[in-house]
Amino acid sequence: MAEYRKVYGMGAEFNSAGELMRAAEKVRDAGFKVWDVHTPFPVHGMDKAMGLGKSWLSAPVLFGGTAGLLTAVALTCIPSFSIYPLIVHGKPYSAATIPAFFPIFFELTVLFSAFTTVFTLLIMSRLPQWYHPVFNWERFSRVSTDGFFLVIEARDPKFSENNTRSLLEGIGGAHVTLIHD
Amino acid sequence: MSESIAILDTPPDLERPPLVSNHRSLSWITDKISTICEGRTPIWWWISFLLMASLACAGLSCIAYQIMNGVGVWGENHPNGWAWDITNFVFWIGIGHAGTLISAILFLTRQKWRTSINRAAEAMTLFAVMCAAIFPGIHVGRVWMAWFLAPVPNPYGIWPNFRSPLLWDVFAVSTYFTVSVLFWYTGLVPDLATMRDRAKSRAARYLYGIFALGWRGSNRNWRHYEMAYLLLAGLSTPLVLSVHSVVSFDFATSILPGWHTTIFPPYFVAGAIFGGFAMVLTILLPASLIYPQLKDMITRNHVDKMAKIILLTGTIVGYAYLMELFVAYYSGNKYEGFTFFSARLGINNPGWYRWAYYCMMTCNVISPQIFWFKWARNNWIVVFIVCQFVNAGMWFERFVIIVTSLAQDFLPSSWGHYHPSWVEQVTFAGTFGIFLSLFLLFMRFLPMIAMSEIKIVTPQADPHAYVPDSGVGISAHGPVETATHPGQTRAH
Repeated sequence: MAEYRKVYGMGAEFNSAGELMRAAEKVRDAGFKVWDVHTPFPVHGMDKAMGLGKSWLSAPVLFGGTAGLLTAVALTCIPSFSIYPLIVHGKPYSAATIPAFFPIFFELTVLFSAFTTVFTLLIMSRLPQWYHPVFNWERFSRVSTDGFFLVIEARDPKFSENNTRSLLEGIGGAHVTLIHD
Repeated sequence: MSESIAILDTPPDLERPPLVSNHRSLSWITDKISTICEGRTPIWWWISFLLMASLACAGLSCIAYQIMNGVGVWGENHPNGWAWDITNFVFWIGIGHAGTLISAILFLTRQKWRTSINRAAEAMTLFAVMCAAIFPGIHVGRVWMAWFLAPVPNPYGIWPNFRSPLLWDVFAVSTYFTVSVLFWYTGLVPDLATMRDRAKSRAARYLYGIFALGWRGSNRNWRHYEMAYLLLAGLSTPLVLSVHSVVSFDFATSILPGWHTTIFPPYFVAGAIFGGFAMVLTILLPASLIYPQLKDMITRNHVDKMAKIILLTGTIVGYAYLMELFVAYYSGNKYEGFTFFSARLGINNPGWYRWAYYCMMTCNVISPQIFWFKWARNNWIVVFIVCQFVNAGMWFERFVIIVTSLAQDFLPSSWGHYHPSWVEQVTFAGTFGIFLSLFLLFMRFLPMIAMSEIKIVTPQADPHAYVPDSGVGISAHGPVETATHPGQTRAH
């Protein structure tokens, strides 16, 4: 039994993006939850085939951008209006000064949003993750060239070695392989 | 099914040429792009790298000499407080804009042909902005005081002037560089994974592997990745338009005739894209000659489209030049009229720098007009020559704007000539060395074409192209067999 616990899941290879998408639809309809497909490029329509909704990565970016804007407002207004009003060319500070700060407001909003986008991407994709059980599968190295793979994890309640194998073979998967952790 | 094909079939004369010629397979694309970085370093690479690195070292030595001796080693004087330094700054920063236009604006407008040039153009953006950043840094004279540009109080508790366009520039350029690096790296991650998976040596696998972050092409990751890419493109689009607008504010918010102009922001942005595309072609045309295997990906179609963009933006720039002249006449402002008609055009005045003005007009407005003709856009030698005219013309444009306005302004008693010193000339040549050395290193170690992106535009990437029942379809592993007709692909 000790050996069985090391099983990460079962993978199958498909010939094309279209075949993989049809297979994904069938795995979704069979009720699996903990599984994934791996492709060399994002496949249009795969989210729907896997039963995944819209990515909400955009939500944190709204907060990141707002934080950038507020930082810029504080950075420009606090020194100019309170700490050290620097009078240049005799021009005083008033509400009419604010438009002169717009470029800085804009730039910091973009800067903070971009950082939030990249860091949220890393967090939501759980990257960096230099070790992953799928890398133990020799055929998997083609994933970044022209390989189309479907992997069902052993954690899935519906996973069982024999039934999952026959399911993957039934939907056209080749090289069905048990992947060890 | 066959009936629907008959109805929806596109007439052959309306078919678009495929973006990757000759129906190449996915593994063919990966092979041809990756082997550029994997094989032995070619001799021509070493020769060009050593030449460019030497030029870069000469430029860096001049920078060191200038820092040790002060800005007096330059030709700048009163009234020409800005000359080659700021000309070079604006020149280089403008070149970067084409990269962001290709990566962000063409992405948002769904121009799929961008996928074979965006990686190289974005790299060019980064290297051009690095070259640009050198000049304002060293022209402050005492570089150890350059931190005064940062938004922090100096030792006397004085904060920088947040109403100054020079400070806006610091924010705009540093944000632009940072966001461009983030965008470029995000796009690189899937290709670094390809390099990791193909790597033969342990060291290469380890290094590419670290930067690939363990990317495994999972669709649960691609989902977020595509959203992040879209957001970065959406953020970069207004950013790139803002950067050259802010650079133009450095001039437009002053009261000097020739600088004090509301047309500057759009005029500068169009000029930046114009000059940037010329530099993209200057680099990509020789690269595709050196690597003929790329010719199915960087096709005549791509060069044709870029030449059209050069024609469009060059004509916008020409319109801006004429509009400046018209406003100088129509405003009735004597000083404005003097700058444009006497100092630049040379009417009733020696016009010290009128040769620069005529160079600018010829190179930027007249030379790209040849791109109205298809034969010119398809002849890469003509395209390359016109791009060199544009590169030179855009440099002259900034020189004309900066030096003619300063050298001959309101009072003849305060006029003054400007000549660049050898230090300035070598420094400028040195930035070309830095730029091209960095680009050669990029070509040698990173995939020059975005592999994961160019695969999306191939017919194999369309999941609906596959026909399961008959068993014929577009296979990812080889050339297309029977379902090759583009109309059939769309009919499903």
